[in-house]
Amino acid sequence: MATKSTTAETARASAEPGTLTLVCVLAWAVPGAAHIWLGRRQKGIVFLVVLSLMFAIGLMLEGRIFPFEFAEPLVALAAIADLGMGVPWMLARMMGGGAGIVTAPTFEYGNTFLIVAGLLNCLVVLDAFDIAMGRK
Amino acid sequence: MTSHFALLALFALLVSIVFAVLMRDDPRQQLRTAGALFAGFLATAIVLGWLMYPLPL
Repeated sequence: MATKSTTAETARASAEPGTLTLVCVLAWAVPGAAHIWLGRRQKGIVFLVVLSLMFAIGLMLEGRIFPFEFAEPLVALAAIADLGMGVPWMLARMMGGGAGIVTAPTFEYGNTFLIVAGLLNCLVVLDAFDIAMGRK
Repeated sequence: MTSHFALLALFALLVSIVFAVLMRDDPRQQLRTAGALFAGFLATAIVLGWLMYPLPL
């Protein structure tokens, strides 16, 4: 278990530009992974479980992973929010998931779960960045 | 599962957990904050639902 001093040392060591970039990419790609790497194991595990669960529920509820259609601003914004989930988003797209069934009664709920999971992971990335900078 | 309230409650629970863990460091405080946020989300949804009840669709 990481003590406060070892966590602070990890944070100081990671406050270099290259490492900061790596922290942000890792935090985006796998929700919670950067927190685990930075010694915040409990937080990282919670983010990993909860955000992955939200994304999976969104797919199960027939939500749609929106395409990048910049002619439709709202669709493009939803696509950017979905992209926030990182690797789970890539896997879902590669496996043909998230097609979305508009007629399903849970379609909008599914979209909400998918979009909010991506946006929350963006907050997790910012939190990991702050930890790496030694601000938290 | 197609119950609107169950989906709302599930969504509120998951979002509350993430916010609480982001905001607090101590597990006990995280639990308390998550509970308060969850209760707030549910209460707000119920109050807004009743306020919108008279509005025509």
